[in-house]
Amino acid sequence: MTARVINFTLNGEAVSTTIEPHRNLVELLQRFDLLGARESCGQGLCGCCTVLVDGVAVSGCLYFGIWVDGKNVSTVEHLDADGTLSNVQQAFIDCGAFQCGFCTPGFVLMTHQLLKEHPDPSDDDIRHYLAGNLCRCGAYPEIIEAVKRAAER
Amino acid sequence: MNQVGRDIPRLEVRAKVTGRADYTHHLRLPGMLYGKVFRSTVPHGRIRSVDTEAAKALPGVYRVITGEDIKKLIPEPYYGPAFHDQPILALDKVRHVGEPVAVVLASDPHIAEQGVQLISAEYEELPAVYDEVAAMSPDILVHDVLKPAGTFADLKHLKGRGGTNVALDYHLRRGDVEKAMAGADHVIEHTFKTQQCLHLAFEPFVSVAEPGDNRLTIYTANQSPSFVRIEIARLFGWPENRVRVKVPYLGGGFGGKLYIKLEALVAALAMIVRRPVKIALTMEEQFYMITKHATTFRIKSGVGKDGRLVARTCEVYWNGGAYADIGPRVAQKSGFTAAGPYDIDNVSVDSYEIYTNRTPAGALRGFGVPQLVWAYESHTDLIARQLGIDPVEFRRKNLLRDGRPHASGTVLHDAAIPEVFDAVVARMGWDKPFERGSGTLRRGRGIAIGLKAVISPTTSVAIVNISADGSTTAYTGTVDMGQGSDTAYALIVGEVLGISAEEVRVVHSDTDVTPYDMGTLGSRSLYHMGNAMRLAAEDARAKLRALAVEAGLPEGTNYPPSEVFKKRYGMQAGNVIGSASFVPSYKPPDAQTGQSDNVTPFWMVGGAGVEVEVDTETGRVRILRLVNAVDCGKPINAGVVQAQISGAAIMQLGFTLSEAMHLDGGQVTNASLADYKIPGIGDIPPMESEFVAAEQHSGPFGAKGVGESGTFGVSPAIANAIHDAVGVRLMELPITAEAVLRALRAQSGRPLEDE
Repeated sequence: MTARVINFTLNGEAVSTTIEPHRNLVELLQRFDLLGARESCGQGLCGCCTVLVDGVAVSGCLYFGIWVDGKNVSTVEHLDADGTLSNVQQAFIDCGAFQCGFCTPGFVLMTHQLLKEHPDPSDDDIRHYLAGNLCRCGAYPEIIEAVKRAAER
Repeated sequence: MNQVGRDIPRLEVRAKVTGRADYTHHLRLPGMLYGKVFRSTVPHGRIRSVDTEAAKALPGVYRVITGEDIKKLIPEPYYGPAFHDQPILALDKVRHVGEPVAVVLASDPHIAEQGVQLISAEYEELPAVYDEVAAMSPDILVHDVLKPAGTFADLKHLKGRGGTNVALDYHLRRGDVEKAMAGADHVIEHTFKTQQCLHLAFEPFVSVAEPGDNRLTIYTANQSPSFVRIEIARLFGWPENRVRVKVPYLGGGFGGKLYIKLEALVAALAMIVRRPVKIALTMEEQFYMITKHATTFRIKSGVGKDGRLVARTCEVYWNGGAYADIGPRVAQKSGFTAAGPYDIDNVSVDSYEIYTNRTPAGALRGFGVPQLVWAYESHTDLIARQLGIDPVEFRRKNLLRDGRPHASGTVLHDAAIPEVFDAVVARMGWDKPFERGSGTLRRGRGIAIGLKAVISPTTSVAIVNISADGSTTAYTGTVDMGQGSDTAYALIVGEVLGISAEEVRVVHSDTDVTPYDMGTLGSRSLYHMGNAMRLAAEDARAKLRALAVEAGLPEGTNYPPSEVFKKRYGMQAGNVIGSASFVPSYKPPDAQTGQSDNVTPFWMVGGAGVEVEVDTETGRVRILRLVNAVDCGKPINAGVVQAQISGAAIMQLGFTLSEAMHLDGGQVTNASLADYKIPGIGDIPPMESEFVAAEQHSGPFGAKGVGESGTFGVSPAIANAIHDAVGVRLMELPITAEAVLRALRAQSGRPLEDE
């Protein structure tokens, strides 16, 4: 398939690359050595591949790479770009809100979107926003606590 | 400051929240080829032909490899921890749908995938058997002959046995069951079943092999790197030191990533093409790799007038699938606990590991024990009901206590069964009035308790290295998949050496560097490796003291290590290496009776209590409350323990309420996360987790493993609570709304039609 040139903003920097239309966003990010978005279920259900495109969380496994042309892409790696963890990341650490860590970047990014839209989320808000992120280690009680703690900061 | 017992974040937390933690999933090597697997579409058949020509002709395809190509490299290409029964790629026959038949290699995984679509195979289909009880008859044979690995002395007698699907039969006999049963006032019998389900780690199975100069490096998501090295070396006829196995962090394991999974395949492919090869499975392919045993458990108890259990017989049939994997060990090492945490003088257990034409079954968080507890705790509740005794009182009357012999003949020590049970009962407020609901929403509550013995005998070796500046590095073969093992060992080493855990660097799972460990499985690591780590740190401390004496420093004074090294070597130089191995004492059970006075070094206890609300119109079960209590000895890192308990319980909640692999003609019809429902954040009930005050005297600083205990009681506690709420008994997992509704309708004389 014919590759196309795309230009987009990646974690605050203007970048350009050539990509075939069948490659998804996770593959595209791998080219930039950004590995925090991980393809797991391949169906957009587990949330391990969560990426923010123009500030909205998308499933990187179902989102074609060429679609980010002209857009603003932000990954988990951007959250501590200044060397400081985000409130959400710190709250996840403080509450022990993960075990294996494979799904964690997705939960962290989705929590950022939740708190941006609902700074003081109810339990229902939390469950609603994080319904598309799954954690096989079952760290949900700690995740809920972490989201609440991040909201307090 | 004391290190053990602190509640600290795990050492790797920053890497995990920033997305920078290292997983095999991410690994890319120069010149690496991606392999995609062509799989069997039939459950049982002889391979007539495999046509790979079109795949080979696809531009970008590097090579296509079949079982015959593997055989040229490895004349006997069969592997497995208990039996050498599994071919690297199918030879002659396929035994389950999804069995690997060929691999397409390409630099681009999409092209390899396209190549797979172009392969075709013809099979002479054979009749298949899926049910574990049906497979007890030799009408359809999955294997012609049994091929025990020789690793385990007690499996050697099975070599060459044919005409059967029973890979292993295990028997335990204690007392005189027949006589006791005949003399019992009540004899009560039930049959319970569990379903085939799976681990579904979010980092799907992935392995990379990199050939080097006279050696091979394997990077793999695996829980037992030492075993991988031994098994790959055996297959190639090499010494162990030609194989290096490296495991970074694991994106979930749960017992799935044990022994050999993709490692033999990538190793063989890499040796054939002399290039690095990576195989990473999709979520769908995980349904064809390894699963949790479906089981049928017939349990019968004799009870006296006073409510005392006098006899129990257990027949457990384990559906092992097409290849043995570690199933025979599950059938035996968990099988012997099938009578439960009860003090019964007359017990018999017959436990059978059975080949069928399904995806193989192995270890999954509990090593078979959750299937057993499901049956014996459902059964226990039914007995109490039949006898009209409160289920708490009935259990209290019969619970096994420290100092009393278990059915295996081993006297119980440091197993806090009554304490765990009491903790659950207290949290449930069992004596208090309970709101039972009304109309179509009915409430009930249930409890359950399970017992597990850690698998034995197994070995762990640890190294603790103090560098010349006094900084300390610990080397372990334990694989950290989020259970916090690295951190636990840092706490243990810190405790011994009088430094903070955060100062200890833990190096894990690189067989060129880290010493032997049997595997990260069955809640064994904290106890075995923890003991080895403690001894290694003590060894390092003793050697540092000896070095101080050599250096002429007065004995009994506490010089900083860096000064000792400087004094001894004249500059910042040298190091001290402490090492230790740990293998607990063990007595193999008698081959006929299964009796041993030392069958396990420690026992795990887990209890659960639940409150449910059942919608009688829909069968929907809502968990209102889930209480878990365990005995983990004295916790090393309390926060991690809490998360292990609740995480295990949540996983078991999935296996109880929703998860099941559905088969049609041997094909899994729900092989995706869309159709196989695991718990999400909306499914989590209010939970309480507790570890009771206890001590494992032989454990490191009084601790023992806790990764599985939270699973034990969940399933039967839910079934017991449903029975309490609406008076129907579910005999089979999973307990879906449909299953409950069917039971309710059958009870009311208006049964639903079968599908």
